[in-house]
Amino acid sequence: MAPEPIIQVKDLVKHFPIKSGVIISRQVGAVRAVDGVSFDVNAGETLGIVGESGCGKSTTARLITRLLEPTSGSILYEGQDIAGMSRKQLKPLRRDMQMIFQDPYSSLNPRKTVGSIIAEPFVVHGIEPDDGQRKKRVQELMDQVGLNPEHYNRLPHEFSGGQRQRIGVARAIALKPKVVVADEPVSALDVSIQAQILNLLRELQHDLGLTIIFIAHDLSVVRHMCDRIAVMYLGKIVELAGADELYAHPRHPYTGALLSAVPVPDPVLAAAKKRQILGGDVPSPANPPSACRFHTRCPKVVLGTCDVDPPALEVKEGGNVAACHFPLTDSEIALQVPTAAA
Amino acid sequence: MSTPILDLAREPEPAGHEADGPTTIAARSPLELFWRRLRGDKIALTALTIVVFVVLVAILAPLIIKIVGTPKPNITNSDLTDDFGQPLGPTASHPFGVDQLGRDVFSRVVYGARVSLITAFAATTLTVLIGVSIGLIAGYYRGWADSLLTRTMDLVLAFPVLVLAVGVGVACSGADGCLNGLIQPGLGVVIFVITLTSWPYMARIVRGQVLSLREREFVDAARSLGASDTRIIFREILPNLVAPIIVYATVLIPQNILYEAALSFLGVGADPDTASWGQMISDATTIFRDAWWYMTFPGLALLITVLAFNLVGDGLQDALNSRTAK
Repeated sequence: MAPEPIIQVKDLVKHFPIKSGVIISRQVGAVRAVDGVSFDVNAGETLGIVGESGCGKSTTARLITRLLEPTSGSILYEGQDIAGMSRKQLKPLRRDMQMIFQDPYSSLNPRKTVGSIIAEPFVVHGIEPDDGQRKKRVQELMDQVGLNPEHYNRLPHEFSGGQRQRIGVARAIALKPKVVVADEPVSALDVSIQAQILNLLRELQHDLGLTIIFIAHDLSVVRHMCDRIAVMYLGKIVELAGADELYAHPRHPYTGALLSAVPVPDPVLAAAKKRQILGGDVPSPANPPSACRFHTRCPKVVLGTCDVDPPALEVKEGGNVAACHFPLTDSEIALQVPTAAA
Repeated sequence: MSTPILDLAREPEPAGHEADGPTTIAARSPLELFWRRLRGDKIALTALTIVVFVVLVAILAPLIIKIVGTPKPNITNSDLTDDFGQPLGPTASHPFGVDQLGRDVFSRVVYGARVSLITAFAATTLTVLIGVSIGLIAGYYRGWADSLLTRTMDLVLAFPVLVLAVGVGVACSGADGCLNGLIQPGLGVVIFVITLTSWPYMARIVRGQVLSLREREFVDAARSLGASDTRIIFREILPNLVAPIIVYATVLIPQNILYEAALSFLGVGADPDTASWGQMISDATTIFRDAWWYMTFPGLALLITVLAFNLVGDGLQDALNSRTAK
C-alpha cells in the first residue's frame, strides 16, 4: 500500500514581520504563524488540520493555495514546487487547486449575482467564452450543489448561510479541481446545516475524485470528514494519525486534552471521565516557548527535557506520528478520553 | 397542518424554492430598494425637484430670458442707471433690477447658474476620477505607493486653499494660461484649483474603504482563482465603492459651487463679462446700501442651489446606506 502523495509540504515556514517606526520601519520581530510544517496529502483522501485559534492552520491553508507567500520551505504539487512560483506561473495550476472559505458572508461579493460569482472561474481562465454555454454550466453547477438554478440572477444577500456556502462550493468545483482546500467551511454555520454542507463535500469528493484539505477546530466535524488528521499547536504539527487511530489513542498530551474537552453524551461515562483541563492561554506565536512549544501547558512536562530538547515527529505506539518525549499511555487515555476507550 | 418542529435534515430556505409557488414573492433589486427608500424621503424629493429645476434653468437659460423678456446678460444700458450712476431697482421689465452697468440682474442670475453648475460638475468629475484612482492604488497596493500617496495627500491638505487659489489664479491669468496652455484663465483656473485641493478627501475615503474591502474573503477568492489585480480592482472592489462615491460626489457638488463663488468673489474666477453668482455678490458689496437687489438675488440663488444639493446628498446617503435607514 503506497498511496501517491499529490501534495508534499516540507518545512513550510511563514513568519509575519512585526514592524515598528512610522517613516523608517524596521522589523522588530516576527509572528511565527507556521514554523516548520511537513506533511503529505494523498490523492483522493481528506486530510484534516485541527488546532486552536491562532495555531497556524488557516495560514497553512493559505500557503498551500498560495494566497500567502511562504517565508521558506517547499510545497510540491504533483512534484512541482509551487512555493516560489510567480502569479503568472501559478495561474494554470490554480485550476487544479481551489479554496472554500470560512465566512459565507464575506466570501461572496455582495454586489455580484450568484450567476456571475460562479461564472468567475470560467471568465478568469477563459473557459466557456460563449455566454449561453457558460450560463448553462453555471446552472448545472448550481444544481449539483443543491441550489435552484433559477436563482441565477439573485444577489448573495437573498440566500441563507448554508445556501451561501453552497455557492462558495460551486465556485470552488467549477473548474473540476483536483484539490480543494476548505478553510473551516462549516464553522460559521448552524449545526443543522453543517451536516448538509459536510455531506455535500463528501458527495462531491466521491463524484469528482477530489482531494480535500479540511481545516477545522471542531473535532467531531473532522472525525466525520477526514481520513487522516494533523493536529497543530503554535505553528507546528504535534500529531498526525489516521482519524480512527487519533480518536482511539491520542499520543500527544495536547491531542488528549483536546479530545478530553469534547462533551460525552453519556452521563455514566461523563462522570467517570477525568477531564484534562489545560491551564493558561496559548503563548504568543511572536515569542513561542523553547523546544517543545506545548511544555508550558503540558500536564506531563518534565523540565530539563521538554524545554531543552525539541521533540521530533516520530511513530509512536499504535501508529500515530507525534512530537512528544512522553506520549500518553493507554491507561492515561482510558481515564481522560472515555469514549476513545469505549 | 403538518409543522415539522425538528426537521433538521431540511435546510430552511428563506429565499428558496417555495418562492416559486403560487404566491410569488418577487425579490427586490438593490436599485428598487434604493428608490423605495428615496421616495419616502419628502425633504430629499423636494430638494431633488429644486436641483432638477436649477439644472433646467442653466440649460434653458437663453429660452428663459426670452420668455421673461429680459435683455441678454452682457448688454449694458446706461439709461437704466440714475444720474449718479446708481442702478435702478426691480421693475416690471427688470424683475431683479439692474447693476451699475445697466445689465439685467435676472438674466445674469439665470446665466450664472450655468457657470456655477459647469464649474461644479467639471471639478467634481475630475476630483472623483483622480481621487478614486489614487485611493484605489494606495489602498490596494499599500506599501511604498500608499506611503507616498498618503503623504502627498497630507501635503496638499496642508495648503492654505484660498491663498493658493489666488496665487494660481494670478499666475495663470495671462492670455496663454499656464502649464503650456493646459489651464486657461477664467473657469479653467477655478476648476484646476478646486480639483487640486479637493481630490485628497475623495482619495482618503476610497483608500479607507479599499483597505477594508481588500481583506474580505471574496477578494481572496478571486485571487485564488487567478484573477489579475486589475480584475480584482475593477470587478470586485470598485462595485462596492459606488455608493460612497456617489454620496461623496453629491456632497462635493454644492461645496464646489460655493468654492467657485468664493474664487469669483476674490477675482480669480470667470472673466468679468461672464455672469457668475460669486462675482455678482463681489461687485454688489460696494453698492449694497443703494442696490440691495444686486446682492440679494444671486445670493438667494446660491443659497437655494447649495441647500438643495446638500439635502439631496443627505437623502442619497440615507437611501443608499440601508444601515442608517430608519
